[in-house]
Amino acid sequence: MSVQAWTFLFVGATFSLYLVIAWLSRVSDTKGFYVAGQGIPAAANGMATAADWMSAASFISMAGIISTLGYAGGMYLMGWTGGYVLLALLLAPYLRKFGHYTVPDFIGDRYRSNAARIVAVVCAIFVSFTYVAGQMRGVGIVFSRFLEVDVNIGVYVGVAIVFVYATLGGMKGITWTQVAQYWVLITAFLTPAIAISLQLTGTPIPQIGLGSELVGEGTALLEKLNQIHADLGFASYTEPFIGNWDKLNVFAVTLALMAGTAGLPHVIVRFYTVKNVAAARWSAFWALLFIALLYLTAPAIGAFARYAMLDGLHGKTEQELPGWFHSWEQTGLLLWMDDGDGRLSYTGGDRIDENELFRSGNLGAARIAELKTDHQKWLDGNPDGRDGRPALRQAGLVGPDRDIIVLATPEMADLARWIIALVAAGGLAAALSTASGLLLVISSSVAHDLYYRIINPAATESQRLLVGRTVIGFAVVIAGILGIYPPGFVSQVVAFAFGLAAASFFPAIVLGIFSKRVGTYPAMFGMIAGIGFTGTYILGSVYGGWSSWAFGIGPQGIGAVGMALNFIVTLGLTPFFPAPDKSVQELILSIREPEGAGPGLDIDHSAEAD
Amino acid sequence: MTHSPDERDPRVAAAIGRYWKKNVTIMAILLFVWAAVGLGAGVLFADSLNAYYIGGYPLGFWFAQQGSIITFVILILIYALTLNRLDKEHHRDLARLNEEDAT
Repeated sequence: MSVQAWTFLFVGATFSLYLVIAWLSRVSDTKGFYVAGQGIPAAANGMATAADWMSAASFISMAGIISTLGYAGGMYLMGWTGGYVLLALLLAPYLRKFGHYTVPDFIGDRYRSNAARIVAVVCAIFVSFTYVAGQMRGVGIVFSRFLEVDVNIGVYVGVAIVFVYATLGGMKGITWTQVAQYWVLITAFLTPAIAISLQLTGTPIPQIGLGSELVGEGTALLEKLNQIHADLGFASYTEPFIGNWDKLNVFAVTLALMAGTAGLPHVIVRFYTVKNVAAARWSAFWALLFIALLYLTAPAIGAFARYAMLDGLHGKTEQELPGWFHSWEQTGLLLWMDDGDGRLSYTGGDRIDENELFRSGNLGAARIAELKTDHQKWLDGNPDGRDGRPALRQAGLVGPDRDIIVLATPEMADLARWIIALVAAGGLAAALSTASGLLLVISSSVAHDLYYRIINPAATESQRLLVGRTVIGFAVVIAGILGIYPPGFVSQVVAFAFGLAAASFFPAIVLGIFSKRVGTYPAMFGMIAGIGFTGTYILGSVYGGWSSWAFGIGPQGIGAVGMALNFIVTLGLTPFFPAPDKSVQELILSIREPEGAGPGLDIDHSAEAD
Repeated sequence: MTHSPDERDPRVAAAIGRYWKKNVTIMAILLFVWAAVGLGAGVLFADSLNAYYIGGYPLGFWFAQQGSIITFVILILIYALTLNRLDKEHHRDLARLNEEDAT
């Protein structure tokens, strides 16, 4: 069977599975629709959270980023996992005890203000839409790479599938589908990693393989990688703080990603779906354990693939190059512009001028073909010809596309065809599971926080459910349109969503739980100052050409400063404003107390009543 | 029906106060480890730690790409175990107070 036939088989089988699960878990009330009836077991919720969390970017791009950055790739690994510690310790159990459906619910009730609620709704919708557009695009890209169909057809198929299971089952359908999607994506990620670890280091555990010696070399893999890097002019793979990534910036980005993770609405909302506070704590543990399986493997894949690429490509002639090089060359993820000696040179750093390996990036097919033709003429000594390398260097397209690291790993390791197809199904599972979780946040923000809590508090259960389904239906379609016509800023903005969440939600929620004194206005001014400063700084750096004037911190890490500013403004203003009234004091006391027997039970019920 | 805090039995209020204090202490210890390992060993001291090795891994690099993640998982596990036990103790305390009232 060909790779394509296997891919059709795997994708068809997994998609049918998702639809069957959706039908079995369809719901008929708002509690089922928004928080899955609060009856999801902790371990299953952990898996769903993990699938929700790990997007197309985590699955396809992260190992590639680590492979390119070396040590500095660790800031993504630490940031995106360390955030779960904050989430588990500072937020999850208390928000579950609070018992309502969304993050804006908590902000609005704790700070007694519809204005604060609306600010939270707008932030939640903004963050979710920028994020979801990337997922739909990811579905399209996986389809086009593995099934050779148009990117847009892939987006249509993705929209259709998500539309069915999200409108039918709401959070319940989404959660159980995500459990299935977790297994598909983790199997797809681990299988090639184990195989390539066995091949290079002789141990089946990639995390141990990364710290082991290469088979038949007697040198540790990482040491060998550092040697090759030094020979070819690249910066050391394991040494920290080289180039742009100085200590302060790595620190700021890591911190911003950690706090941002804990402030992202689609992650927080998962902890509303479990039975009780104890289950919320367990659920956070399971979620991070399941996420860690992928995050501990990604650095291994990154280093293995880095070694395979440098060792397998540099200095090779057309005939000596491995088969996967030629098959991925067609996709434009790799582009070889020879200098005339017939041997590929893959170098960097102070030897960057010798580098002959590029990627097509956003340049159109016509432009690439033109560059290639001119380059061939130049090689042949034709006076009309032109060296293609300076043009590509100028366009910032030096080196292979980072997505190739995960996508081509099975082929680098000469694995069976079905494993390649499995990776395709895994990438789709990662993209679909994240997209559906985000769509639900959008739906609940509009239908619950705006429609029910502000516009029409008298709405009946069936009216609310209808609005919820309609909004999610519309949101899927808008997400699809954004996937087909991706606005240029999306890819840049997604990376900054964490900074914005860190600077706005995180301090407001933490202070809302741990301080009885912080009142409405300090919290609102804090949020506005945090998100205003962070947003302006990001826009100024990306579009306005600002040099990083705030302590030399770049736009990715500025959320850490914005968060500090939020805390300072909120706490600094607090003494000048009245403390929250008695009912809010009770609310705070009730979310701090564990549920169960005793007098706390009464308060518990009053907090649960909707 | 709701109780405002000052209408509560002072012994119950004291039990809740004790519970919250223990909770905050546990949290502070775990967050200290979180910061020391993740931001400390993984970032601030990564360059000096790289002089040492664990297997083929330079230590600072290991903390950044493996050790910190493993620590985070363990921290949440400890948190879930201790806090869920603390909850149970708290409920036993409250039940005892109720019994004392009944007798």
